Amino acid sequence: MRIALTATCIGDVMFPQAPRATALLLERLGHEVFFPERQTCCGQMHVNTGYLDEAVPVVRNHVEAFSPVLDGEWDAVVVPSGSCTGSVRHQQGMVCRRAGLDDLARTAEAVAAKTYELSELLVDVLGVTDVGAYFPHRVTYHPTCHSLRMLHVGDKPLRLLRAVEGIDLVELPAAESCCGFGGTFALKNAETSTAMLADKMTHVKATGAEVLTAGDASCLMHIGGGLSRIRAGVRTLHLAEILASTKDAPAPAGAGPSTRGGAR
Amino acid sequence: MSRTFLGLPLRRGARTLPDDVARPGGHGTSAGAGPASDAFGDVPHPDAPLRWGGSFPDAAREALQNTQLRRNLAHATSTIRAKRAAVVGEVPDWEALRDAGSAIKTDVMARLPELLEELERNVVARGGVVHWARDADEANRIVADLVKAKGVDEVVKVKSMATQEIGLNEALAAEGIAAYETDLAELIVQLADDMPSHILVPAIHRNRAEIREIFLARMGDAPPDLSDVPRELAMAARAHLRRKFLSAKVAISGANFGVADTGTLTVVESEGNGRMCLTLPETLVTVMGIEKVVPTYTDLEVFLQLLPRSSTGERMNPYTSLWTGVTPGDGPQEFHLVLLDNGRTDVLADEVGRAALHCIRCSACLNVCPVYERVGGHAYGSVYPGPIGAILTPQLTKSSGGLSGHHDPNASLPYASTLCGACYEVCPVKIDIPSILVELRAREVDADRGRPTGWGAAMKAASFVMSDARRFELAEKAAGLGRVVAGPKGRISTLPPPASAWTRSRDLPAPAKQTFRDWWRDRPAPAPPVADPGDTGGFGAAATDNPGFGDGGEGR
Repeated sequence: MRIALTATCIGDVMFPQAPRATALLLERLGHEVFFPERQTCCGQMHVNTGYLDEAVPVVRNHVEAFSPVLDGEWDAVVVPSGSCTGSVRHQQGMVCRRAGLDDLARTAEAVAAKTYELSELLVDVLGVTDVGAYFPHRVTYHPTCHSLRMLHVGDKPLRLLRAVEGIDLVELPAAESCCGFGGTFALKNAETSTAMLADKMTHVKATGAEVLTAGDASCLMHIGGGLSRIRAGVRTLHLAEILASTKDAPAPAGAGPSTRGGAR
Repeated sequence: MSRTFLGLPLRRGARTLPDDVARPGGHGTSAGAGPASDAFGDVPHPDAPLRWGGSFPDAAREALQNTQLRRNLAHATSTIRAKRAAVVGEVPDWEALRDAGSAIKTDVMARLPELLEELERNVVARGGVVHWARDADEANRIVADLVKAKGVDEVVKVKSMATQEIGLNEALAAEGIAAYETDLAELIVQLADDMPSHILVPAIHRNRAEIREIFLARMGDAPPDLSDVPRELAMAARAHLRRKFLSAKVAISGANFGVADTGTLTVVESEGNGRMCLTLPETLVTVMGIEKVVPTYTDLEVFLQLLPRSSTGERMNPYTSLWTGVTPGDGPQEFHLVLLDNGRTDVLADEVGRAALHCIRCSACLNVCPVYERVGGHAYGSVYPGPIGAILTPQLTKSSGGLSGHHDPNASLPYASTLCGACYEVCPVKIDIPSILVELRAREVDADRGRPTGWGAAMKAASFVMSDARRFELAEKAAGLGRVVAGPKGRISTLPPPASAWTRSRDLPAPAKQTFRDWWRDRPAPAPPVADPGDTGGFGAAATDNPGFGDGGEGR
């Protein structure tokens, strides 16, 4: 399959290991991965903060970067993020329509129909749950809100993780409770965000896991930032990093702080 | 800020509003007021029940420090969440029921005027009297005049959000009429001179030890040896209320549903206090928001399944009272229905926001909201807290879209959410609360465009940068400078405002040494695709070329 990769803005700049692992994983599974260089961001930050006019040019750029999928240039678009996929699928069309750009809205919705979050692509489109990964660590999984409730990925990420050789996957208590990130919510309502984060970290610690994983780098930046601050001894890895990990090319060992990811 | 004896903010008036929000009639201050009788009802401010706090972030900050509140809320919301999940899970056609509830409400909103007129005709035909109230003042005036016409100075009340919304108890008190709440939790709130913090469980922020303290201090006839055993507390309230039920001549209620084709009103409750109020007094006055009308009697089939499971987590609520006009010789011999607008037609005129009127006040969205669970209801500064309050309150008070200015504390409510979507998932009538929150945020931003703000400038700049890959790449290079801030640890722990809001409690990783974009350009061509996905022979070469994997990262 020919697959176009959305790195996501935060993945490109702060957590390149997530899109990198996505590309390597898909190539390992025998697919061709493309990175349309025109891409930047899906526009979610602008939309969720209420800056819908400002979101329009960002959305337009995203739609135009990935519209070749409609001409058969690629078979699908993959995004290693539940919230970015959610924004593409549920917000971009609305943003365009609100600005009176009906044609762009239709194109956006057509592109969105061929856009998949990583676990959706693997399980639903490519039909694999055992991706041949090896990751001998104690891991707990946080289902991010938008992957859970906007995309309804259900247990797809867990099915992928359970098939990883050597993994000790432990259940996260109150897993479906939001970590408190919420984009600019973390700044506008920092105290409430921190209270939610504190509870999430308590649950993560209770699992005794060495690694916290999720399908969204942004939520991991939030929880990982908290875990790093309290020197919790738990690191964060994107789901793609665990799935890309093999005996020959293991995911990095926990040498640095949990948010060290960006420095790699 | 003045506080009541249990350390909670005094009910309305204790906090001050910005000048551009205060309305004629005054937002009196009861600062320093001590006993309940002094603080009770001394602020006849019609808008106060929907706008009585500071901005959400400020009020939340204060609430988060109350460890008892945090504990009470975490316990109560997790208990009720589990109960709801269990009883919803056993209904095989739950999603179909939600669709039906949503469809009925959409239909109601599409033809609200004709349904209300049909309701009026049928109530009148069965011996009731219908009053129309444009706003809180009119509704309060109507009710007060009806009570005074009966020559009484006390009434019993069934728990009702509509009367909370209009501040009826305070308005009646100003006319020398004492209104006694008979719902147990509402009684607790009233005795403590507190404000409700939940739509269904207004005293959810209290634990039983606090309730015992309130009863002993304020109930008057509480047994002196009262313990904090729930049964004992309930029995004390029961004895206290029984005297009121038997003596009251007038009762005031809200309504869960008003059936247009029969003129039937409905109250759904758990304690039986509602049944007492609806049957014993000679006169019954019901205040109903105009959105509570349903077209036909059979529509109740849908809502009487959706409501109890969503609200209390019960298969069926213990008491469902239905009454139609007046029945000679049985129950109240005089029935008045007050149809309340109070901002609802403005909401109805709004294509996106009108879905908020579908709400049946079950409070499921409060119980699952991670924000509500931490800060409680008072932080929302409205009798409608939680996710539904965050979309309903700003609309009812025209606080969104800049109509009342960005200083209006209610303008902060649409931001009181992480957009996690838990509210939408449980809503029995499928109100897409997250999407409405985004729309209200957009209106807030649009209305504020004339005023330069840090957020506005940042978002404009980000839009310019993020709409073009070349500009984005230049910005990425600049962001790389963040690595200097991070130092050799690769971790940023302090940043100046406004980013300090992040770093006060969270580290931030340094931007990557090599962006994904650069890595992609620099990497050798990957191994050719493998025909058989099961054959893993081809991936090793590609993977070992990945600088981030295998060697633990080139940045170290």
